[in-house]
Amino acid sequence: MTETLTDTVTDVPEYPMERAAACPFAPPPGVMELAAQAPLSRVRIWNGTTPWLVTGYEVARTLFADSRVSVDDRNEGFPHWNEHMLSTVYKRPRSVFTSDAEEHTRFRRMLSRPFTFKRVEGLRPYIQRVTDECIDAMLAGEQPADVVADLALPVPTQVISEMLGVPYEDHEFFQHHANVGLARNASAEDGQKGAMSLHGYLIDLVKKKMENPAEDAISDLAERVTAGEISVKEAAQLGTGLLIAGHETTANMIGIGVLALLENPEQAALLRDTEDPKVIANAVEELMRYLSIIQNGQRRVALEDIEIAGVTIKANDGIILDLAPANWDAAAFAAPDQLDLARENARNELGFGFGRHQCVGMQLARAELQIVFHTLLRRIPTMRLATPFDEVPFKHDRLAYGVYSLPVTW
Amino acid sequence: MKVIVDQPKCVSAGNCVANAPEVFDQDEDDGSVIVLDENPSEDLHDAVREAVAACPAQAIRVED
Repeated sequence: MTETLTDTVTDVPEYPMERAAACPFAPPPGVMELAAQAPLSRVRIWNGTTPWLVTGYEVARTLFADSRVSVDDRNEGFPHWNEHMLSTVYKRPRSVFTSDAEEHTRFRRMLSRPFTFKRVEGLRPYIQRVTDECIDAMLAGEQPADVVADLALPVPTQVISEMLGVPYEDHEFFQHHANVGLARNASAEDGQKGAMSLHGYLIDLVKKKMENPAEDAISDLAERVTAGEISVKEAAQLGTGLLIAGHETTANMIGIGVLALLENPEQAALLRDTEDPKVIANAVEELMRYLSIIQNGQRRVALEDIEIAGVTIKANDGIILDLAPANWDAAAFAAPDQLDLARENARNELGFGFGRHQCVGMQLARAELQIVFHTLLRRIPTMRLATPFDEVPFKHDRLAYGVYSLPVTW
Repeated sequence: MKVIVDQPKCVSAGNCVANAPEVFDQDEDDGSVIVLDENPSEDLHDAVREAVAACPAQAIRVED
């Protein structure tokens, strides 16, 4: 009996897993091995618990949309990302990221005003201008240039700051604190420090906007505080979430996306040579599928027993929905390891998640990515990597995958 | 084709408008779905089906 138990314990692989240095765009080989055996299986995480890791596309999509699957991290069995997230469960006000059902819908709708499809369409000229200004500066500057510092970070930071009404001069402060909090192995202390400073700043900003409202998202939240719908703390928490999600993720996607395009020149040419917004949109969905930058899985917990793919996920079992292997599931996407910008079903990708928690800012992210990739390829058609590929520094240690820098020349 | 939305389920993702702007819109205040055309003409049926598939909250269905 004891032996059986010991065997079971040693058989469960540790998660998260490392990517192979030779294939930095691919999901970790260990994750793909699990995916080849079953669409979901047990893994062991940092605190010794063994949640389900979902690697199959259909199972991931189904569970993302299942109301018995909760994001409420106060539930027993929730597979926390790290010690910091566990230690702050009861300190963090509830937000769109940690609430279910009606409470979630209430938060979500408060945030949605600036992110509707049409509002984002209206922002396109602004995004184009910011992109062009960054590329102007790159072209006027020294070579090699760094795509991350010169384009990938400033474009989304400037756009989200404008939308939220955060002064652009504070962008360095945000980048720093967002990075500290997002590190994969953030200690409780590091994470808390970063989160507390941002949160404190946002509380001040919400109060300022309550007195002097403007046309921006923080003013929208401030208005709801004044109306008694939410507290200042909740408003600050929602605003912090938008800020971090709005610049860090898009920035990573731009950096590693440009690298993927430089490594696939025929695909880059296809995107460069089109004017068709549908072709450009499809190319971005395929880059989202191919790269799945949100690594280490979306964390959930089962509220009830769930039968799926021949197994029973028990109530209070942790669930980790890993986007990368799901997006590389050959049953959903033919030849998934190929970047194919004309892929017919690229729009089914799960890079923004799925279900009611699908990315709040995805229409904005799509507009930014469509504009940035297409404009960069057009304006600097001869761009090439200015460092050997195997010396590009990848963000293996962050929740959002990407590159720390990307030196290029032309 | 008849388009039916479950308004309380909607999470304001906007994928319906992206796929079929002739049939769907979003409330300006909270982004929730508004049906512009409950009985879309046949040339819009494919776009509506795409919108149904793309809705993350599965808040849209059609009756043929």
